[in-house]
Amino acid sequence: MSGDGVSGIDAAQALDGPLEIGGATFVSRLIVGTGKYADNDIMVRAIRASGAEMVTVAVRRVDLDRTKDEAILHHLSPDEFFLLANTAGCYTAEDAIRYARLARAAGFNEFVKLEVIGDEATLLPDVQATLEAAKILAAEGFKIMAYTNDDLITALRLEDAGCVAVMPLASPIGSGLGVVNPYFIREIKRRLHVPVIVDAGVGTASDACVTMEQGVDGVLMNTALAAADDPVRMSHAMKHAVVAGRLAFLAGRMPSREIAVPSSPMTGMLD
Amino acid sequence: MSEQIQVRLNGKDRDIAGGHSVRTLLESLELHPGMVVVELNKEILERDRYNDVDVQGGDMIELVHFVGGG
Repeated sequence: MSGDGVSGIDAAQALDGPLEIGGATFVSRLIVGTGKYADNDIMVRAIRASGAEMVTVAVRRVDLDRTKDEAILHHLSPDEFFLLANTAGCYTAEDAIRYARLARAAGFNEFVKLEVIGDEATLLPDVQATLEAAKILAAEGFKIMAYTNDDLITALRLEDAGCVAVMPLASPIGSGLGVVNPYFIREIKRRLHVPVIVDAGVGTASDACVTMEQGVDGVLMNTALAAADDPVRMSHAMKHAVVAGRLAFLAGRMPSREIAVPSSPMTGMLD
Repeated sequence: MSEQIQVRLNGKDRDIAGGHSVRTLLESLELHPGMVVVELNKEILERDRYNDVDVQGGDMIELVHFVGGG
């Protein structure tokens, strides 16, 4: 398929197949978070601009004093977006399992973004606890998308545990450092059969593009959009960057070499 | 008027009127049952049981919902 004669991002997206995760199908390979926006109106506009169909949400106590309108369902319709509840903030397998069960009881779907943090300073995952929680939740029928380190062995074990997607970090959550280890990301993608979504660390559009050029199935981000000076503009940029990186991967890049090769003919020059 | 009972609600001790079912408790808090998940004494309470289960003194109740997150 060459896509001759078509233009625009929708046409570009049509040159790619859908993203399938645990039986659900998405056109967009960008998954976005809903946290840390200055206000709900900007959040909704940014998420719409990103083109994302799957959005992450957190499970928290209702603020019974009603200091602000935190209920995400007042702002994002579950008919418009696929809600992916996370276990963010959990430091043990037990807590993550509790939060996952609460999320499922909300009644939208069986999916959970499993996240067990092991260290407050780096927010790096506790992979042992993540694996432990994944095994239990998989047995309960959850469709687990597991946030993990960029470690191949853990990624393989999470797949074996029954996760429907494995989500290695590009770099620490909220750091905006981009992909610090593209080789490990590529190796994880090469070896796994379930979708690989890079989750966390993307800072700007070029990071998203480079991430997708590694051949992964998608990218999940929050802070890069919410903490941009103009989240709506950045969301447009990310939408294009993800599509660009994906198509560049599918197109197959030219070999890079440290010598120049002329683009114009060497023959037919004047005397 | 029924007597007051004390419950632990979202981490805080609260005095509420006795005789509440979970459903009427949510109504008194102006919470739509479809918008929250109830955990009663560390067990998730399915929505179809909100009418049948009464709130007892000493209950630990957690009312959670979805908020913004990444």
